[in-house]
Amino acid sequence: MKRVYVNEEWCLGCHLCEYYCAFANSGIKDMVKALKDVQINPRLRIEEAPGVSFAVSCRHCDEPLCVKGCITGSLHIENGVITFDKEKCVGCYTCILSCPYGAIMPSETGAVQKCELCLKNSFGTPACVKGCPNQAIVFEER
Amino acid sequence: MQYVIIGNSAAGVGCVEGIRQADKTGKITVLSSEPYHTYSRPLISYLLYGKTDEEKMKYRRASFYEDNGCEFLPGRTAAAIDPKGKTVRLTDGTEIPYDRLMVATGSRPFVPPIPGLDRVSSQFTFMSLDDARALEKELSPDKRVLIMGAGLIGLKCAEGIAAKVGELTVVDLAPHILPSILDPDAAALVQKHIEGHNIRFILSDSVKEFSGNAAVLASGKTVPFDILIVAVGVRPNTALISDAGGAVNRGIVTDDACRTTLPDIFAAGDCTESRDAVSGEHRVLALLPNAYMQGECAGINMAGGTAVYDKAIAMNAIGFFGLHVLTAGSYQGEDYISAGEETYKRLISSDNRLRGFILVGDVARAGIYTNLIKNKTALSSIDYDLIKERPQLLAFSRKERKIMLGGAAE
Repeated sequence: MKRVYVNEEWCLGCHLCEYYCAFANSGIKDMVKALKDVQINPRLRIEEAPGVSFAVSCRHCDEPLCVKGCITGSLHIENGVITFDKEKCVGCYTCILSCPYGAIMPSETGAVQKCELCLKNSFGTPACVKGCPNQAIVFEER
Repeated sequence: MQYVIIGNSAAGVGCVEGIRQADKTGKITVLSSEPYHTYSRPLISYLLYGKTDEEKMKYRRASFYEDNGCEFLPGRTAAAIDPKGKTVRLTDGTEIPYDRLMVATGSRPFVPPIPGLDRVSSQFTFMSLDDARALEKELSPDKRVLIMGAGLIGLKCAEGIAAKVGELTVVDLAPHILPSILDPDAAALVQKHIEGHNIRFILSDSVKEFSGNAAVLASGKTVPFDILIVAVGVRPNTALISDAGGAVNRGIVTDDACRTTLPDIFAAGDCTESRDAVSGEHRVLALLPNAYMQGECAGINMAGGTAVYDKAIAMNAIGFFGLHVLTAGSYQGEDYISAGEETYKRLISSDNRLRGFILVGDVARAGIYTNLIKNKTALSSIDYDLIKERPQLLAFSRKERKIMLGGAAE
């Protein structure tokens, strides 16, 4: 299955992936309107320290602890993609307690949010990868 | 192959999904005492709080049994197992044969024998959808509620109903709230937050007797109430296995493959004991994620596959009125503590391993800590000082990150 993979050595720490993620999931067509004066809450996050940076997003694990532990059945697997039903989520944060990568986070709505590979927004394919200028994140089979 | 599953909650559902990973065609019969589609038990407090409804509470979609080729028998209760004849007898006398059996019977509320309790007119426990429905009917702004028990169930119930009643008092023998998962400092922080929402606590005290609709406490205080909720603990439902001659301690004894001591009979969830991966002790770890994963592991093994569930740890995600609390593991060891106005963090380590944590308020990315505990990661192999500040993958080696994020083989 195609997943988002990180080439850490190529990451510039520019954070464009975070902006593309926030834009893609905003539902707004114009990138400037979607992001101007907005405190973004992207589903992918850059970690950085002097000399090192990399993006972290859902790994779409084969044995997802978040899905197995979800108390509502909101998190589930569709064709290998870990997706979730925000209507069912009550924001208990068991998934945040479970994810080994720290890739699930609170959303503004009180539920959680996570990367769904842009399958539910108008991009249809990971916007973070499209926005990365240096192939530090790629969407491919490995 | 004929599979029978007694129980229709997380462990039972996990078992169905485990069986179907290894056997697409064997017949599965699911017995459920409660006459409902599988629903998430912990959501009953969210139901009263108004954060979910009975439709959204369904733990799996409406077509779950059909999609998985299950014969679903709602409202049917197992009375006895005949391990020699390999049949389950139901309370209505029906006998169902099995090749492999799953016992996922959960637990029941413990109601202590307190003088006068039998004469309390309006009393509830808080475990099932029926409990929540019955309690909801009684709630009104003029009612005074007494909850016995400041544990997970009692306090989630309190959160669920606080806005719908006049007065709400929680009494517990322990000196602080949530004694099974919090230390006194974290508990004080959470208690203060909860007290801002129409909830009053009486701690280090207990109900000695009931005098009509008033509780007389050991301290001599009297607490009058209109509604009593008993949430002092639960007991595993183990009788089916012990009556059939299987080993039972506090819970049903199971091995790492979720087998009981009886041939072809497996057990999972709140009715069982499993090995705590942190302490090595066998104990009842009554937690939904644990129940699901035990059930799934059992299901795979029942269907002829091979699975081991040896990473059970105590872990709890709970929140009250927007304040989140995440805890895991055990609290014996060396402490790292950092506290703020509405945040508290305690990490416990020993022998170069993270053993447990308590996080209140700031809980982001806690799973990174959880997995250090589960995987028994040597703290000397990561930057522990960095990860103590906050959970982050920067604390791991570049090589380790290549495995985690780059898909490199381990």
